[in-house]
Amino acid sequence: MRRREWLERLKIPLMLAPAFLVLIVLFSGGLVVGLGQSLGYMPVIGLNEFTLHHYADVLTNSNFLQSLWVTFYIAFTSTLLSTVIAIPCALVLRQAFKGSRFATFIFQVPIPIPHLVVAFGIVALVTQSGVMARVLASIGLLSEPGQFPVMVFDRAGVAIQMVYLWKEAPFIGLVVLAVLRSVGTEYEELAQTLGANRWQRFRYVLLPMIAPAILSTSIIVFAFVFASYEIPLLLGVRFPTTLPVWAFQLYQDPDLSLRPPAMAISVILTIISIMFLITYRRVARYAIK
Amino acid sequence: MKEFWRWVFIVLMTVAVMAPLLVQIVWSFAFRWHFPDLLPGEWGLNAWRYVFSDASRVGEALVNSMSIALVVSLLSIAVGLPAARALALDDFPGKGAIEWLLLIPILVPGVVTTMGIHIAFIRLRLADTYLGVVLIHLIPCIPYMILVMTSVFASYDTALEDTARTLGASAVRTFWHVTLPAIFPGLLVATLFTFLISWSQYVTTLLIGGGRIITLPMILFPFISGSNNATAAAISLIFVAPALLALVFTSHSLAKEPSILGGFGRM
Repeated sequence: MRRREWLERLKIPLMLAPAFLVLIVLFSGGLVVGLGQSLGYMPVIGLNEFTLHHYADVLTNSNFLQSLWVTFYIAFTSTLLSTVIAIPCALVLRQAFKGSRFATFIFQVPIPIPHLVVAFGIVALVTQSGVMARVLASIGLLSEPGQFPVMVFDRAGVAIQMVYLWKEAPFIGLVVLAVLRSVGTEYEELAQTLGANRWQRFRYVLLPMIAPAILSTSIIVFAFVFASYEIPLLLGVRFPTTLPVWAFQLYQDPDLSLRPPAMAISVILTIISIMFLITYRRVARYAIK
Repeated sequence: MKEFWRWVFIVLMTVAVMAPLLVQIVWSFAFRWHFPDLLPGEWGLNAWRYVFSDASRVGEALVNSMSIALVVSLLSIAVGLPAARALALDDFPGKGAIEWLLLIPILVPGVVTTMGIHIAFIRLRLADTYLGVVLIHLIPCIPYMILVMTSVFASYDTALEDTARTLGASAVRTFWHVTLPAIFPGLLVATLFTFLISWSQYVTTLLIGGGRIITLPMILFPFISGSNNATAAAISLIFVAPALLALVFTSHSLAKEPSILGGFGRM
């Protein structure tokens, strides 16, 4: 009997242990080593003392603020655009109409598609000699590629944001759609009988119900875009580049002494990302009320 | 009038979603496609011939991508399934904290940890190895598996299991004949998406694999902003195939179960 009791008691820890061992060991191990290097602790090349000067170097580097701005700008606009487009899509797809099942299926297509595939698709569409320019040329709106606006390797990062919009809007939209479907239409009908107009029904009935979903998905999107590396490297200008690209390029440099500043940038990036998300959550919570 | 705007909506959305994918199919069969032609002036199979040749290393990359994603998915199930069950069906002190800890790998940028792990892996001789790549892929995959399966187990009734055990079925038999069939649809979706998360990894594989472990995204990457669009398109289409396949299998559950979407950004 006692053995069984012990087994019972150990059951939950035993079920959780494998996942936690793998995640905690890998994840926090990486975090600790990364932090150590950012503080200049790198015994491999004879650095055994902790110092904050890599942080100071990065923060006072004239490129830092520019990179930070580019990173923030891309993440912020991508998240905002995706959210703004996702909500009306979800509101339309919630209704049952002829073709709504087809439309919902199409809306789901971007979810499993890898970002790299999207990047190439967007490039093929919006470069100066891409399909969009060709379509405009065929209807006589332009005669040579140079007349088409620059959207790839441009300072505004238009193609980068298009990639994220294509991937992330359906993600936010489908989560919101799931919430909308689960609450049904009764509250709106009730509000309608009480005399609420269309905007009021959206603002005071639907929005409070979908707000938590919008909040959590936009947090996930922002955190992801803020720290992602592939798309800005592929489609963005070389300078000023985003913080993740900068960090990664320093890290991959054969000169090992560039690793501590690379790690310092990554840590700063993480801290800024977390700080922004906490603030955003607070503000959004307050605004919802 | 409302009907009209709905059609506008459907057409616009279909074009926006399908255009970046369809253009790749056309490009992969293009031999000459100069501005301002709307369709290639000359068609050809050159890109596909190159992709299937040994020189492209696509075959090798395909085998690596496939096998890594398979191993990662199986390990994620083995490790994630019991954890998800405990989180969904049992109450214990610290549960909230544990659920939160699981979300961290989804929210905290992977750059810091991957670089840190890389240094640790060099010392452990795991850098540039197949095992090292599998381990680094587990970081985004396990939390995702747990996330989806927790929501699957949340609506799972253990009464049937108890009956089976009372009737004398062993634990293994009960799992195989009672638990597994009940959770199978959810598990299939979770596994497909875990597979895709691993399948789509680029930076982590590049760093930990050190260029020795070649996967499909690593072959595709340099082509994307390069000048050989036909080859890029052909590789990209091979790379996207399992995603489209998964979509057919999962589209039914995608709109109903938002937790499935949890791993989206990692693809």
